[in-house]
Amino acid sequence: MNVPTQGDHRLASVSIALAGSGGAGVMTAGNMLLEAAAQAGYYGLMTRTSGPQIRGGEAAAMIRVSTFASDSQDDRFHVLAAIDWQNVTRFASEIPLAAGSLLVGDPAQGEPPETFTGMGARYAPVPLKELAKQIAGGWPNMVALGLLAALIGLPADALERAVKKAMKKGGDALTAGLTAVKLGLAEGAKLGDGFRLAPARANSARWLISGNEAAGYGALRGGVRFVAAYPITPATELLEWMSPALTKVGGALVQAEDELASINMIIGASYGGVPALTATSGPGLALMSEAIGLGVTAEVPIVVVDVMRTGPSTGIATKTEQADLNIALYGLHGDAPHVVVAPNSVSDCLGATQWAVSLAESLQVPAIVLSDQYFGQARAIVERPLVENFDTPRLRAPDNPPGYKRYEITDSGISPMAIPGTPGAMYTSDGLEHNERGTPSSQAADHLAQLEKRQRKLTRLDCGERWASVEGEGDIAVVTWGSCTAPVREAMARARADGVEARLVSLRLLAPAQPERLTQALDGVKRVLVVEQSFSGQFHRYLRAEYDLPGEVRSMRRPGPLPFRPDEIHQMLLKWSRT
Amino acid sequence: MNAPATVATLAAKDFKSDYKPVWCPGCGDYTVLASITRALAALGLRPENVAVVSGIGCSSRIPAYTNCYGFHGVHGRALAAGTGLKVARPDLTVLVAGGDGDGYSIGGNHFMHACRRNVDLTYIVMDNHVYGMTKGQPSPTTEPDWKSKLAPGGTGLREFHPLVIALASGANFIARAFSGDPSGTAALIAEAVRHPGFSFVEVLSPCVTFRPEQRAWKEAVRPSPVEPTDDPARAARRLMTDDGFNIGVLFKGARRAYAQAGRPTHEPADLEKEFAL
Repeated sequence: MNVPTQGDHRLASVSIALAGSGGAGVMTAGNMLLEAAAQAGYYGLMTRTSGPQIRGGEAAAMIRVSTFASDSQDDRFHVLAAIDWQNVTRFASEIPLAAGSLLVGDPAQGEPPETFTGMGARYAPVPLKELAKQIAGGWPNMVALGLLAALIGLPADALERAVKKAMKKGGDALTAGLTAVKLGLAEGAKLGDGFRLAPARANSARWLISGNEAAGYGALRGGVRFVAAYPITPATELLEWMSPALTKVGGALVQAEDELASINMIIGASYGGVPALTATSGPGLALMSEAIGLGVTAEVPIVVVDVMRTGPSTGIATKTEQADLNIALYGLHGDAPHVVVAPNSVSDCLGATQWAVSLAESLQVPAIVLSDQYFGQARAIVERPLVENFDTPRLRAPDNPPGYKRYEITDSGISPMAIPGTPGAMYTSDGLEHNERGTPSSQAADHLAQLEKRQRKLTRLDCGERWASVEGEGDIAVVTWGSCTAPVREAMARARADGVEARLVSLRLLAPAQPERLTQALDGVKRVLVVEQSFSGQFHRYLRAEYDLPGEVRSMRRPGPLPFRPDEIHQMLLKWSRT
Repeated sequence: MNAPATVATLAAKDFKSDYKPVWCPGCGDYTVLASITRALAALGLRPENVAVVSGIGCSSRIPAYTNCYGFHGVHGRALAAGTGLKVARPDLTVLVAGGDGDGYSIGGNHFMHACRRNVDLTYIVMDNHVYGMTKGQPSPTTEPDWKSKLAPGGTGLREFHPLVIALASGANFIARAFSGDPSGTAALIAEAVRHPGFSFVEVLSPCVTFRPEQRAWKEAVRPSPVEPTDDPARAARRLMTDDGFNIGVLFKGARRAYAQAGRPTHEPADLEKEFAL
């Protein structure tokens, strides 16, 4: 992190954490700050951390505002502001501070914990509550919002627009909110200009979107018109976004009694010809595994979005990890080829999910989308994603097809699917092994022929350039996936500034594996750094199993919820390039 | 529900496939199959507009024995698959069929929630009080003292009462049929299909292999002595006190069926406005 001294130039990126106990409104204020940054032309990212309590627990909004787009958190936070200090130390490892960082706290709430002052940060006491009390209906979080906006130099008019947008009802609450923000702005101005942002540069179309919303929108763009799901953190917001959205486009969402029901409901809907999706997290995916295998055998396209959280079992339900890779790839019983796709940015949650729908539909196969809590619950100011239209519909049987065989052996492995309502093509879709007609069969030859057919659909897939994000040159490559991609990308930009070139390969298509494409992408590479957020190195093992990695390979991994930060990868690249 | 006038009415045999069932000779499920095909013909439906959905078990093999669209999924989840299909494709007539183990044990949770969700489909359970496909284990409806290899002294457990559970959970139509009376069963199934919302037909369907004593059911069954009621309290009293052999429609509710999806009012691309800055 680049912490400026007095008189230093302005910052290209500022990171702020706003913490407080539940009900203190830190998420509300955080969202308004992000919106103000968006209004002012900046890019930004807000992630969140919270305790397990439904209400009353501690929480922190972690906001990065920058002149460039990035989904990565920075190495250190410039500012930690707390409405109160209750239990905030529980997040200490998630809010690293630097010697030049600023702690803002209300002296009435006690001194800042040593955990934070021990990191060398400077403390600025501000009587947030007392200031808020000067206004009828004033809240300390709104004072903090104004203070932070002033501290990083967001224009007051952008902030006002953001507050008005968030408090649509207007009235006394809005007046009180705006007055509190003004008090905060004045307080923030007293704290110096050390954390001012450089002028905003964005002049292209931008969106403010969460990963869960992006995935939901991608699903709709892909043609999904039926969703069944059971509430689970951190996937619930995806469903809550889709519920009214589906109504608007003539689709339906059913809240199922459990994940066993939701997965079978979407299989039923898709058997009926309607593209269908469910969203869940690790525990739900585990429950769905049997029926995903049914989708493979019966060749019913479905999409399952797994917004990963730490596991196993209930794990840490509110925090992120990349450790559902194994179950997504290998969790089905029998030989069950299917598709696994992982978005590698918040905005790619849109494209990757839409692509997953397209792959599922065109290959008549289940597709699992591995998002995670970091993406799902992050809100980011991003470049408007390129929304494509994939022209890859499901291959349907015509009316009265002569000698119709639902599971006909074809070169591509794909056979026309009769949708109920199609005359003269009635068949029974079956989880039992079957012959070409769909008749249950226990014969070895039918089993082999159908196994080969189902595998062939994936082997013959021409996935195009979308299989991975491949960037940069050099003989060191970083191979990663999902939410680790952004810190790697930022680390590589810093390494480049130091004269060290590296290649990024962020895999989007995890199954079917693309060994030839990876070999080509790693041509000339002598060192491979594998970066992932899994304790056991699931991604590293997967790469070892499916691909030939050239040269020396190192695994850089840690479990959730602590994210990789660019500096540690940057340092690793520098060190390795010099040996 | 009615076929267009221009389409010729079909016979029961037009709803039957040419597959030979895996069932044992004398199994009650043969006549349930015949009753279903007869009911579909009587309803004037076309096979391509009917879907028969099932899970796992002897009776769950039934979709392929019809000439309709069939879906033979995983154990216990037939109602879930049928629900998804009907909500996504309200134009289809959806029958869900299976046995007592599939519906009341592994699928018990879905049974309750299908009753309360009240999606317009018909659930036919061929109840023989035993797991036949796995060769004779006690099911939720097995008598507590029935002896088997898995429970040599009997389960000692009270039987599950599916009709009472269905009523308490909100099923809109509840009937009991007996496989030994195919025309009566066909009439009950046809009435169930016509009734809006979730309709439940429990068919006593003997397992002559593992429960040969069930051959005596034909002596025990009798037409229900009273007319169907729309009053859940009266129905509850009747169902709690009957001996399990009263045949007929036992409850007919007037709850509104699960809402269908409406017409689109937006293009998907319209929705991105909410994200744009």
